[in-house]
Amino acid sequence: MTHLAVSKTYKLFIGGAFPRSESGRTYQARDSKGDFMANAALASRKDLRDAVVAARKGYAAWSRATAYNRGQVIYRMAEMLECRRSEFVELIVISTGASSKVTTAEVDAAIDRLVHYAGWTDKLAAVLGSANPVSSPYFSYSAPEPTGVVGILAPTGSPLLGLVSVVAPVITGGNTCVVIAAEEDPCVAIAFAEIVATSDVPAGAINILTGRVTELAPHLAAHSDVNALDLTGASAELQESLEQAAAETVKRVYVPKRVPDFSAAPGTARLRAFLEIKTVWHPTGALSLSGGTAY
Amino acid sequence: MKWEYSPAPESRAIADIKDRYMPFIDGTFKEGSGEDRDTINPGTGERLSTISTVNAENIDRAVKAARRAYQNVWSTMPGAERGKYLFRIARAIAERSRELAVVETLDNGKPIKETRDFDVPAAAQHFFYHAGWADKLHHLGLGPAPQPLGVAGQVIPWNFPLLMAAWKIAPALAVGNTVVIKPAETTPLSILVLAEIIADADLPPGVVNIITGAGDVGSTLVNHPGIDKVAFTGSTAVGRRIQRELAGTGRKITLELGGKGANIIFEDAAQDQAVEGIINGIFFNQGQVCCAGSRLLIQESIADEFVERLKQRVETLRVGDPMDKNTDVGAINSEAQLSRITALMDAGIAEGAELWSSSCPLPKNGFYLSPSIFTSATPSMRIAREEIFGPVLATMTFRTPDEAVTKANNSPYGLSAGVWTEKGSRAMGMAAALRAGVIWDNTFNRFDPAASFGGYKESGFGREGGPSGLAAYLDTDDEAVAP
Repeated sequence: MTHLAVSKTYKLFIGGAFPRSESGRTYQARDSKGDFMANAALASRKDLRDAVVAARKGYAAWSRATAYNRGQVIYRMAEMLECRRSEFVELIVISTGASSKVTTAEVDAAIDRLVHYAGWTDKLAAVLGSANPVSSPYFSYSAPEPTGVVGILAPTGSPLLGLVSVVAPVITGGNTCVVIAAEEDPCVAIAFAEIVATSDVPAGAINILTGRVTELAPHLAAHSDVNALDLTGASAELQESLEQAAAETVKRVYVPKRVPDFSAAPGTARLRAFLEIKTVWHPTGALSLSGGTAY
Repeated sequence: MKWEYSPAPESRAIADIKDRYMPFIDGTFKEGSGEDRDTINPGTGERLSTISTVNAENIDRAVKAARRAYQNVWSTMPGAERGKYLFRIARAIAERSRELAVVETLDNGKPIKETRDFDVPAAAQHFFYHAGWADKLHHLGLGPAPQPLGVAGQVIPWNFPLLMAAWKIAPALAVGNTVVIKPAETTPLSILVLAEIIADADLPPGVVNIITGAGDVGSTLVNHPGIDKVAFTGSTAVGRRIQRELAGTGRKITLELGGKGANIIFEDAAQDQAVEGIINGIFFNQGQVCCAGSRLLIQESIADEFVERLKQRVETLRVGDPMDKNTDVGAINSEAQLSRITALMDAGIAEGAELWSSSCPLPKNGFYLSPSIFTSATPSMRIAREEIFGPVLATMTFRTPDEAVTKANNSPYGLSAGVWTEKGSRAMGMAAALRAGVIWDNTFNRFDPAASFGGYKESGFGREGGPSGLAAYLDTDDEAVAP
């Protein structure tokens, strides 16, 4: 007797758990030929708000984790992805119809991207911060801190590498995020959520919603407890209205100038977009006790 | 024993205020086509001078001049040469510092000791600091040859007119941009003296254009299609509007907006130093400072004693003629600002906070307000949430460090915070926990061009000063694009 396949139910990823949409709604994910692939959760506004609450809760743990620890966790994600490499290749081939060779290269690049960012966590302060030689008796330094909760519209057309390329820089800096997955590739996004769930990422640090971008994104952009937006996956029509909504709470907004090439080595723009520079002043007294400098 | 001070007025003649000032466009001072505006001396309430303002056509001419200067001269000039122009400006500000201080005090109303000892020297220092960066941009960590953005449209407030001009112009020019800048309508004079300095420095025409007028001029400027970068310092309401209007344009924005800074006093603080720091935090520049320490959080165990000490010290502040060298607290910048402050104070009284004001006598003419402290404020009151932008402190208490952090961070703003404690680990721990762009441990209101400044949350984004302040004027998008 042949084995009857047990197919996976794709749900949302909120606060480290995999709930169905509270609305009970689903939509059909189609493969590259247009055939039924799976039912995906069709997230509602309420799911989005729950995800923001989870991201805010997760922020406490993730932003306070040491940079070394954050690096290890992101590296762990790379490990998890590596060991499920062939499964992702298969899933993406079904979803996009790309060749196995092209898809393998994409999955490998996604693994390497995580390794790249794993090594960034404990370098950010050295690269982006400074000891400030102020002209008064103070020790003054500037160092980057996470912006907070970041709303991400994942790019279309690059279901895994694109997703990893936008999520990794955000969490590398200590932010947490609510990701609206590419509408046509919900299965890959939720499979990636399983990587997140098994990599010691604190609950809520990464939340992934599947559904209609046009339905969810306006609420994400207008949410008062979201500090920043990455609009990489926003269509040109949607982008302007989302930026307008973001202005109401002075959110930081990252919009790539043109379509990013995720296969290329990333720069630092995505890291810097979601970091705040904090300057701290501490008195040293009028006289230097050692005769040395306090910068 | 009662000590009396004799008046020690600075000479008004040093300012040599002209009867009329004109915008500075494409290297020349020329009549604008907008309606004339008078600028008032807030210290006396009298007219100081008349300003010719610009219309849309003049703005367009300024933007085009800036574009030409950008393309033909400034962006192609070696960084070292750009730097030398900025060094020249820094030196000339220092040379004309006494004049600039008097002009600023007459036009703004802030005490002469502040313009003389802070605003003007800090402005010169800003040019000097940024001048040195002009030929070192490849050391910023932003790639081998970071590129300028083009023409910057800049709008600055009235609270530090000359210094804000320096904060905006110096970094923009250092990295190779040209600028069109609009000062606040109540304080246009010092930047127009700076324009003379810029002209005397032989800066190529069009590199710096100064346009005069009210909010509509600023709005036209930031929305002008010929602008590549917008930098705004002012209220969160206007900043939000600018961000909304520029949605979808891809224009790089820096917003330096409002604040409601928490100044946190622990029971082990050196109390006399803390008192001085709080006074500096809220009464410096009559409290008209975006990063003012306008919320005082005192640990409950010392609250009563501390507030008494604070009142005693505030009682000794000399409020009055900004031109008097002994004046501690000068005039509020305008009648409109004075009424905004008093309206919020009325709201505080109506909501049940107790108001205490210094008994110092106030001059009859001009716009003055006694330094004031609301005791027993609660976090939900408007005086504890909204930016007052005046010499008014809202006082609350806390019991534990965690509660202090929660209360301090409970604000849509996040520009500044102060921590007063003799325990170093607590100071550093608090500095890490507070969600604000600038943290002062056992001090307040310290600024330096080498130390970046800017807000978290709704206090804005982008930085001014330090390496990150330069990044705000460079094309820093290094993401590879699809072929």
